[in-house]
Order: sequence, then structure tokens, then C-alpha cells
Amino acid sequence: MVDSNLQTEDRDVLQDLAERYGVEGVRSCYACGTCAAGCPARRVNPAYNPRKIIRMLVLNEAKSLLEKDTIWLCSSCYTCQERCPQGIKITDLITALRNLAVQQGRSPSGVGMQANLVRSQGRLYALDEFDDKKRKKAGLPSLSPQIEEAVRLLKEES
Amino acid sequence: MKYALFLGCTIPARSRNYEMSSRAVAAKLGIEFQDQMDFCCCGFPIKASDEHAATLLAARNLALAEEMNLEICTLCSACTAMLAEVAHKLRYDEGFREEINKDLAAIGRQVKGTARVRHFARILLEDIGVENIHRSVTVDLKGFPVAVHYGCHYLKPSYIYEGGEDPEAARSLDALIAAAGAKSISYIRKKFCCGGSVLVADEKTALGMAKEKLDQVQAAGGRSMVVVCPFCSVMYDDNQKSIESAFNVSYQIPVLYLPQVLGLAMGMDRKTLGLNMNVVKTRKITEDILGAE
Repeated sequence: MVDSNLQTEDRDVLQDLAERYGVEGVRSCYACGTCAAGCPARRVNPAYNPRKIIRMLVLNEAKSLLEKDTIWLCSSCYTCQERCPQGIKITDLITALRNLAVQQGRSPSGVGMQANLVRSQGRLYALDEFDDKKRKKAGLPSLSPQIEEAVRLLKEES
Repeated sequence: MKYALFLGCTIPARSRNYEMSSRAVAAKLGIEFQDQMDFCCCGFPIKASDEHAATLLAARNLALAEEMNLEICTLCSACTAMLAEVAHKLRYDEGFREEINKDLAAIGRQVKGTARVRHFARILLEDIGVENIHRSVTVDLKGFPVAVHYGCHYLKPSYIYEGGEDPEAARSLDALIAAAGAKSISYIRKKFCCGGSVLVADEKTALGMAKEKLDQVQAAGGRSMVVVCPFCSVMYDDNQKSIESAFNVSYQIPVLYLPQVLGLAMGMDRKTLGLNMNVVKTRKITEDILGAE
């Protein structure tokens, strides 16, 4: 599916996407705009446009896509993915693009912070003594402050 | 009826009112929750950075549920979709299951692919049923007008929810609200996303998305909103004041979790349902319904 005249870096991104996420389907997009029309993020911020993202992939502009912040404006609501007449998994594709952007060190700071918290605690919010006290007062059971086994699992993985 | 209760990260730390009301309503309807202290993050908060890591966390939770031999009951919609998506893949994709099990072996766990995950609201509808819920109602909510918000991951992606409902024509929450004796109003952009996922990248866009819905709820005469996900609650309840000042608007629309409304109809008091913990004050609602306490 990858054209031979592509620059190496673009080809790598596309190949990576194709292998891992079956991005071939993207080529079946006929630009009907159903995705953009129903997109709640686009309604509020026109800088975000799922149709344009698919278009850029088709036109082998994956690299410049990763350099832009717009992929982070998707709210992962799946409206476009559910409605796409060609069955393109648009939301899953945005997630794949985000993963690649993170690997290249391009993501909003909060995204990395969230990931680091989960990696170091096994949960997003560590439940400290203060939380535990409030839980007890509300008649709720105590929970482990952090999940060591989950931390270990992600350490092994990376 | 017994389920493994999956609280996730946000609910036990930030949304105790949701947890309290869910536990109270479940107990009233004969649903038994088994707590599992070792459940970790569902994986969703790390999915944008590293989907494989997210998948491993989800798979680990599913492995624990398989060991308990119980279906998972979730309260958060993001947890629901994350766990259900991985459960779906583990059930039908043997190669995927083998890959995941290689990683899980490092912590001495395995998944068989038998785990099942359903949101509490869906369990209420499917395993308890609207008739039984209606039968447990002791307080007349007198058709109190509420705007139901389904959010996204409770319904989507639809392929992961076998036997789930059409996200374009969802009725489950409307049915539960009707069973409680309140009135689910119709309003424009009912299917709209809260914008919660965008908060980390662009606050203005996220708040703008939440505003779109609050505008419509207000225009349609909704006197409260009902949600089934702590992220949606963060957007409409915790951030309602920020939206009011950022866009120079005024709502003061209380945002309740579904079990808080069900609990009111079942005669539970404000304390049991954690109604003092909602950010936009809920006292006016309970006074209207129950009279001053």
C-alpha cells in the first residue's frame, strides 16, 4: 500500500500504522465528511477536522500530522467511527497517531503526567491516608494506596 | 446476583457520592458487590500514550475477575469501554490472547478470555429490570424533569458491547429514569460528548463542548442532569462554574449520578446518597421532591 516515492520517515509511520492498525482502510475514504459533520470537538473548535486527518494520511502526510497538535483535540467519543460508511476506525486511528506522537516526544504535558502517575502507582490517584479517612467516614471500604503488581507489569513491558 | 465491583481511579478518590449511592441502590435491589482491593487502573488514562500498556492493565484486571469467577460491574464509562474492548479482543482473537499472556506471565497471571464487563446501569436494566425497580419506588418524584446524558463510552464503540443498544437511539437511561418516576426530557444534542477527554489538551475546547450541552438542557427546561460517568460529572458539575465565568452564562443546573436519582425514589436520605458532595447544590431538588428535611 505504500508508495515508493515517499520520504523514508513518512513511509515508516504509514508502515507502522498499517501493520499495527490495518490503516489500509483509510484509502477507501471518499471524503463524504460524515465524520467532520458529527464531530462535537469540531463544532466547538474548527481547528480539529477528522476528515482532514484521514485525507492527510491518504496523501502520505503522516509526518506533518504528528507534528501538529490537532490530533489531541479528539474527545474519543467514537461518533465518527460509528458513522463512517466505509467502516474506518477513525477513533482507533487517532489513538494510534497519538501513541506515535508520544514516542516522538510530541504530546501535551498532561498526557505524559497522567501516564507517569499510572506507571508509578498502578492507579491515577494514589489513595493516601486523607482519602482513606474520608472513605471510612462515608462508610466505604479501604483500598490499597497503590497497586505494586501493576507497576511491575508495566516495568516489565517497557 | 453477585458482581466484582470495579471502581477505577477517579470514583474512590473524587466521586464518593457515586460510589455511595451505587452501593446503597445495589443493596436495596439485592445486588451483591464483591470488592477486589487489587484491581488497578483500567488502562484508559494511559491509552493515548501507550495503548499496549493500557491493554496490559485492562487484561490484568480481567484476569483477576476470571480468578474471582465473577462478572465485572463498572461505574465509570471510560473503565467500561477500556475493559470491554480488551475483553472482546481476548475472547475472539487467540493470537492476541497469547501475546498478552506472555506479558502477564511476568506477574504470574493468565487470562482465558472469559471475563465479562457491564456498566452498573446496564446491569440494573438487564438483570433487575424496570418493573422491579419501579416496584421498589416509595417516593413519588412527580415527573421531575431531568436531562439524561448518556456520554460516549457507555455505548461506544458499539462492537465491543455484545447485545448492547444502538448508540444513535439509546433508551436505557431514559427507561431507568422513567422507572424511578422522574421525567426524562428531550433536548437537542442529547448524544453530545461532555468533552472530558479534551481537558488535558485544550481546556477552552473541552469547556466549550460541555457548554453546548448545558445550553440545550437549560433551553429545554431541564432542572437537573443525570450522568453515569465521573468524567461527565467533572465536566458538567465540577466545571459548571468555570464554564459560567468563561462564557458569561448562568446555569446552576444540579448534576446527579443515576443511582442518586434512583435512591431518592427509593426513599433514601441525602446523606446515604452523598448528595452534599455534588458541586452544584442539590438541596433545592430534594426539597422540591421530598419537602424540607
